Amino acid sequence: MDKHILEEALNKKAAFGNDIDLSTFDDNNDVHVLSPEELTDTGKSKLEKVGIDLQEENRSATYVQVDNAAVESKVKEQTPLELMNTGAAAKKYPELVEKYWWKAVKPDTDKYTAKTALEQEQGYFIRVKAGTQITAPLQACVFMGHEDQLQRVHNVIILEEGAELNIISGCASDTSVEHGIHIGISEMFVGKNAKLSFTMIHSWGEHVTVRPRTVTIVEEGGTYLSNYVNMEKVADIQMYPTVRLVGKGAVTRLNSILVAPEGAHMDIGGKAVLEVPGTRAEVITRSISTGGEIINRGNLTGAAEEVQAHLECHGLMLSKKGYIRAIPELNSETDNNEMSHEAAVGRIAPEEIEYLMARGMNEEEATATIVRGFLNINIEGLPDSLAERINATLDTFSVQHGS
Amino acid sequence: MLHIEHLTVAVDGKTILQDINLHIAPGEVHVLLGPNGTGKSTLISTIMGFERYKVLEGKIIFKGQDITTAPCYERAKLGIGVMIQRPPTIRGLSLRKMVEICGATPKETESMAKWMGMSDFLDRSVNEGFSGGELKRSELLQLMAQKPELLLLDEPESGVDIENIALVGRAANYILQHTDCRKGDCQKPCCGNNTECEDNNPLKESGHSGLIITHLGHILKYVPSSHAHILYNGTLTCQSGDPLHVLQCIAQSGYERCVRETCRGGVR
Repeated sequence: MDKHILEEALNKKAAFGNDIDLSTFDDNNDVHVLSPEELTDTGKSKLEKVGIDLQEENRSATYVQVDNAAVESKVKEQTPLELMNTGAAAKKYPELVEKYWWKAVKPDTDKYTAKTALEQEQGYFIRVKAGTQITAPLQACVFMGHEDQLQRVHNVIILEEGAELNIISGCASDTSVEHGIHIGISEMFVGKNAKLSFTMIHSWGEHVTVRPRTVTIVEEGGTYLSNYVNMEKVADIQMYPTVRLVGKGAVTRLNSILVAPEGAHMDIGGKAVLEVPGTRAEVITRSISTGGEIINRGNLTGAAEEVQAHLECHGLMLSKKGYIRAIPELNSETDNNEMSHEAAVGRIAPEEIEYLMARGMNEEEATATIVRGFLNINIEGLPDSLAERINATLDTFSVQHGS
Repeated sequence: MLHIEHLTVAVDGKTILQDINLHIAPGEVHVLLGPNGTGKSTLISTIMGFERYKVLEGKIIFKGQDITTAPCYERAKLGIGVMIQRPPTIRGLSLRKMVEICGATPKETESMAKWMGMSDFLDRSVNEGFSGGELKRSELLQLMAQKPELLLLDEPESGVDIENIALVGRAANYILQHTDCRKGDCQKPCCGNNTECEDNNPLKESGHSGLIITHLGHILKYVPSSHAHILYNGTLTCQSGDPLHVLQCIAQSGYERCVRETCRGGVR
């Protein structure tokens, strides 16, 4: 794309979310730490929180980026998987750049994509060759440690025909960061009969702004499972990941768990575009406000016949402060498809609490049990240790908010 | 076991029950009859201690303890268990977990669910999309785990098909411990309408107590009961002997006449 078009797009407001003045941030490629080991203790514990295991047990590969520098990019021996910095991959594989770079996400979508497209490429490139199934998850971490930092990330994930991969993506900022923005562009290509599980856990800080832009393209018979968990303070996050199902029988399921504490603003959605017959999508969100603000968007677009899709936005208000706004959209463009949505936002029904109390639970226990049940969505494709950790986090949260 | 004295109850500011007196001795099962909307469910909900039901006057004594103002969960802990008519769905909480919360071990949960024909429902959310009969079985399964000493059942047969009524009745009987579990496998409660069991009913006297709301009385074929009460115009008009006879009287003469007759001489 012409550079001047991108430069013009640097002023383009995004379709959703507050407009952020990028000039207030420091855009540099400085290397602030040389390896994950050099991170502060709070930084390291944040990594652990978002599912990154620095011991790399039961992981096939590890990528760590701090601010705008890749500090680790390591594949375990004999693992048939490619992982490198996106910039390095672009140099090595010009033919892939031609085919994949900025083909899922348009670079002039808004100022955030334009900014990322114009600068030196950071982020990770992952490729799994045809027919290769990687069992142990790959972990990728993008970490912000520096004050005022503008962090740009461009990720490209390619699963060729029949390939399978499980990615744990943890994004976090150091607790010391008082001002910063993360821009993350992810383009994922799930080939014919390939399967990608992508689990993303966010742990930003109360002063950090976050603008991810994600598009996944799934071909015939392919599966894309996404699990997203964000239960921490964040100044302002706006994202609306989109999945395009472009081949017959392609399937996607997007699960999100959002908890907004006081001071958090989350504008988070999920969109599935069913472009050919025989595709299926499910977009499920459970959001809880404990004082923060949540806008939960959802969109299903049935562009072809004989597609099936379901959208669920359920919200629970556990505080008098804050709000949850559910905005589900169904867009059917043919006379022969099945799409449905369920949305409900409110407090816990008193009769549910009493029902459990009549079985011997006190009010706090009953409330915690209902909150825990509410957050219990069927998250698939996680390694046991991570699933256990997420469950433990949800358990703790529920118990804390029982009272 | 349960003594209710001069109980007056209001719901949302409106008095529903007036001066109710009811005494249920250990091992006794009482039946609560009466037309729709007279406050039968209100009485059960008040005994359980649900928030909406305000006691204006009178006392509820359970096992010698005044529980009139005790919160619902304390009553549950003391040994009162209820099956309400329309239990809510608890999304994301599996029936398995719920039964375990009620007090069963994982193994007991499996075997009791099997017996109740609820094995396939254990990993579903509590009551989510359950049919009328499934709801009752789910409730009884939870109560089997809870093992209450006073069992309150609000229309246990509504929405249940003929075959499942026997199952519901047997489960209720099992919870009431009116069958001799010591002889067989306790996880497989026996009979109800099985004469062999009825004859060997050594626990009946020391068994648990119950209060059952019913309109048609089908459940009484499986659950032996000793007393019937008719709740009419917000008051328990009188007490009588055999519940089956009272039901017969109601079927023949209607509530009003039957109340008059029972009160005069009692139903024989």
